Amino acid sequence: MILDGKIPSGPLHEKWDKRLAEMKLVNPANKRKHRIIVIGTGLAGASAAASLGELGYTVDVFCFQDSPRRAHSISAQGGINAAKNYPNDGDSIERLFYDTIKGGDFRSREANVYRLAQLSANIIDQCVAQGVPFARDYAGYLTTRSFGGAQVSRTFYARGQTGQQLLLGAYGALSRQIRAGTVTLHPRTEMLDLVIVDGHAKGITVRDLVSGRIDSYAADAVCLASGGYANVFFLTTNSVMSGVTATYRAYKKGAFFANPCFTQIHPTCIPVTGEHQAKLTLMSESLRNDGRVWVPKIKGDKRPANDIPESERDYYLERKYPAFGNLAARDVTSRATKEVCDEGRGVGPGGRGVYLDLGGAIGRLGENTIRERYGNLFEMYERITAEDAYQQPMRIYPAPHYAMGGLWVDYNLESNVRGLFVLGEANFSDHGANRLGASALMQGLADGYFIIPYTIANYLADTKPGVVAPDAPEFKKSCEEVEAFTKRLLAIKGKKTAHEFHRELGKLMWNNVGMSRSEASLKEALKRIPEIRAEFWKNVTVPGSGRELNQELEKAGRVADFLEFAELLTHDALQRDESCGAHFRVEHQTAEGEALRDDKHFSYVSAWEHKGVDKEPELHKEPLVFEHAHLAVRSYK
Amino acid sequence: MNLTLYVWRQKSSKDPGRLVQYEAKDISSDMSFLEMLDVVNEGLIVKGEEPIAFDSDCREGICGMCGQVVNGVPHGPRKKTTLCQLHMRHFKDNDTLYIEPFRAKAFPVIKDLIVDRGAFDKIIQSGGYISVHTGGVPDGNTLLIPKHDADIAMDAAECIGCGACVAACPNGSAMLFTAAKVSHLAMLPQGKIEAARRVCAMTEEMLAQGFGNCSNHYECEAVCPKGIKVKFIAKLNREFIKAQMTGS
Amino acid sequence: MLFPTSAVGKKIMMAITGQVLALFILFHIAGNSTIFFHALNAYVTALYKLPLFVWGGRLVLLLAFVFHIWYGTVLKLENHAAKPEPYAKTRYLQATFAGRNQIWTGVMVGVFLVYHLLQFTFQVTNPAVAADTHPDALGRPDIFTMVVQSFRQIGIAGVYVVSLAALGLHLLHGIQSSFQTWGMNNEQTLPVVEKTGNVVSVLLFVWYCAIPIAIIAGILK
Repeated sequence: MILDGKIPSGPLHEKWDKRLAEMKLVNPANKRKHRIIVIGTGLAGASAAASLGELGYTVDVFCFQDSPRRAHSISAQGGINAAKNYPNDGDSIERLFYDTIKGGDFRSREANVYRLAQLSANIIDQCVAQGVPFARDYAGYLTTRSFGGAQVSRTFYARGQTGQQLLLGAYGALSRQIRAGTVTLHPRTEMLDLVIVDGHAKGITVRDLVSGRIDSYAADAVCLASGGYANVFFLTTNSVMSGVTATYRAYKKGAFFANPCFTQIHPTCIPVTGEHQAKLTLMSESLRNDGRVWVPKIKGDKRPANDIPESERDYYLERKYPAFGNLAARDVTSRATKEVCDEGRGVGPGGRGVYLDLGGAIGRLGENTIRERYGNLFEMYERITAEDAYQQPMRIYPAPHYAMGGLWVDYNLESNVRGLFVLGEANFSDHGANRLGASALMQGLADGYFIIPYTIANYLADTKPGVVAPDAPEFKKSCEEVEAFTKRLLAIKGKKTAHEFHRELGKLMWNNVGMSRSEASLKEALKRIPEIRAEFWKNVTVPGSGRELNQELEKAGRVADFLEFAELLTHDALQRDESCGAHFRVEHQTAEGEALRDDKHFSYVSAWEHKGVDKEPELHKEPLVFEHAHLAVRSYK
Repeated sequence: MNLTLYVWRQKSSKDPGRLVQYEAKDISSDMSFLEMLDVVNEGLIVKGEEPIAFDSDCREGICGMCGQVVNGVPHGPRKKTTLCQLHMRHFKDNDTLYIEPFRAKAFPVIKDLIVDRGAFDKIIQSGGYISVHTGGVPDGNTLLIPKHDADIAMDAAECIGCGACVAACPNGSAMLFTAAKVSHLAMLPQGKIEAARRVCAMTEEMLAQGFGNCSNHYECEAVCPKGIKVKFIAKLNREFIKAQMTGS
Repeated sequence: MLFPTSAVGKKIMMAITGQVLALFILFHIAGNSTIFFHALNAYVTALYKLPLFVWGGRLVLLLAFVFHIWYGTVLKLENHAAKPEPYAKTRYLQATFAGRNQIWTGVMVGVFLVYHLLQFTFQVTNPAVAADTHPDALGRPDIFTMVVQSFRQIGIAGVYVVSLAALGLHLLHGIQSSFQTWGMNNEQTLPVVEKTGNVVSVLLFVWYCAIPIAIIAGILK
């Protein structure tokens, strides 16, 4: 099937205005009769629920944490892009658009990206009005900083906690609506199924994580803002509860999953220390501005970093990419790092790490300057590794960080299932094959504050409120299915924990479907994943019962979904026989090791339709049409 | 290293709880405290026992989901460090650790080390925001904010809402949490408009949720993983007096 | 009005009444120090010539006491209810002994106050030296002899020193705390207020104790 993104016609910069003018509205008096479900309370979910509540809709918002404020958007450090051109350095909507679409290696939808750039300025204004304490200069004006992939300074920030501050702003707006009674909050509640009635999303089935009760909620529309799936790799920078469950179960109910193989690997994370580790921590990429990346020239060199003389160090990024040096693009850096570690030259426990050396900069600029610039990062590094990075180089290694892929949505953020809207990292639309820094926050808030309030009205205007009652047979069936799934997990009583399976899957995914992928590695993964899954369903152990707070049961459910989703991701990676952005197929590279795109054959969105577990998913394509941006070789030289 | 743990086990909010002894064996000093508990739990699950329930999510010290009292100190012995960022190298071989949930009437135990901090959400809902609608706001630069004020607002806004302040307070007071939000917004011109109503509503909600009053022990500041200062409590008090004097 | 029932309002009531009482404590020792110059009887006689001041002051003090005790009790009960379950292991990082035992030092001071009033104001504990009935050579109530005779008994002096220690501890937390409650603090002033409060409390304790100790030691007779 060829999918229609429902992009408005006309010039790029008029598309959104045109759509706004075309879309239907809901009578203010009727809004409260429409019930909307929002899953997730990150930037996209919280901003959507708050905005919809303000408009007068009756909203139910769900999160599996104890409070909406815990959502993983809170961990974002760097900043949020906006085409404000405050520094007078030549920024514009057009430029932000182009940087973002180029950063995505021309695998995102042009019209969506342009709209994102248009809305970016409104986001900053909205957040300032909410009281987000963005950094200011001495005259009281907003300040910006530079970020990767852009030549202008357009990133707004609140120290190293931009995500936290933006989320708390949205959480405040959401809290206000909860108080006003337009939004009902359901914390510690996990979505386990999407309920579809006559082809329209009309509700969800959830498990109350405290009592274990399984219940259905009916609504007139469902918004999924449940985040990304990077945790399929097990050791990632994502929070430990992040999962694919909400989006995957919607996929199993008919929503198409788009570009699942587009997963971003961040080059500068603190390396794995041992088997016990639950997650990885990001070190801001900005360290590469002053740091030099190197490994010993000799394999298995066990000497401490400071004992290795200059002549025996291999500054491999500078050697391989003399033009870019240590500032080579994220994906290139990550792959080069993996390569030297594969050669056995990695440092630290397990040999999976390289040095990020700020020694030269400390010598040149003095320890104080470095402390001012990166003090908090050095502290964070010390807390985790007990190493003093002022005395010896840091060790870093790439780690999975973000999912560009997600449920397929049209220009209105509606999936192929009518009435199911997908927001933020959970959808696929804006970042193509690679996301630029400081644009995830921008997308989440644009979707929630400024897109969904309009596009959902267009859908609701054609639906009769409350047409599906919560006692419809579809809900009962959904509850029974979820109940049966839970019982099935509890009944296995095997020997291995869900955690062990997750780790095993993650290792396989990381090695075979990680930074570089080959046909052979992908095929091997496709063989291994069903084996691990089969063993999981024979040998996992989940203690306790379903009628209580049972974290192992929650975890097992999420791992079960990863074990199916991993196959879909791998399948997509195998099907996309080109390299683009973060998706690097070793078969397709330039002489310098850069990703080699195949626009002739792969300039489309791959949207997969579920055909049953152990069956091949069906591929649907949405061709990517570039009316405005020129398809060019992505290069930052 | 090997450790002896006394962990609070409580099946549900209705059941009585008790401390149960566990041995944590072969713990690496590179593990975080929560990873150490993960290891203990893996052992329990394989033995067919129920693992210790505890909250955690981001595991990088920002989401505020984790928190337990270790040997009488919320988030354990290291200053300005959440439990997920506390590493086992700060303990010694053969140490005995008492691990208890955050305790306060407003934070009822749900299970084992998990408590219900919904009362914090209720305090925020009572007024911890600026009542602005989406859309229709002026350009961000029309509102000038002195750097100094923006920095102080940010100091207060860094609160992660973990509840350690309440857990440490001998009175189970949520003053530091409430003060951080009141101060963050009162420092900014856009937040000043509702400052009087906000401080009254939030402190009232704090009492209604069953938190105690502040006795200026400053135990909250000592355990706060984000280093939120008690000067913000003084700021809250000032805001309250101002609100009362202006009759709002 | 929200004030007297709110979390901060109750605290401010504690602070303002506490500060009134603390001011009295300062005034009281300043006046009593006339004993070192053998001018106590003269001072008291002069004071009683200002009935409006004396009775006005007593009324203010009585009100301050009543409210201080009332709010102190209410706060304590509320705070206790807010923390029903103790930890198996307790460790304080910053909360002081004085701060945590404010209610108990308060109770001690209250009990002591009753005794102190019975002894020196109503003069019923030892009628043999009651000043009102035993004038000095100039016909003034002989407060000096009453005080000296009383404190010569080591037991009474001991009770005073212990009670004054309780008062000192109470002030140790109370003074700095009252400034914080008034909001008269920021990062810079807080340590200064704390230190000043501590110094004043210790000074007051030493100053007050100087009287019974000087008498026991025979310096004052």
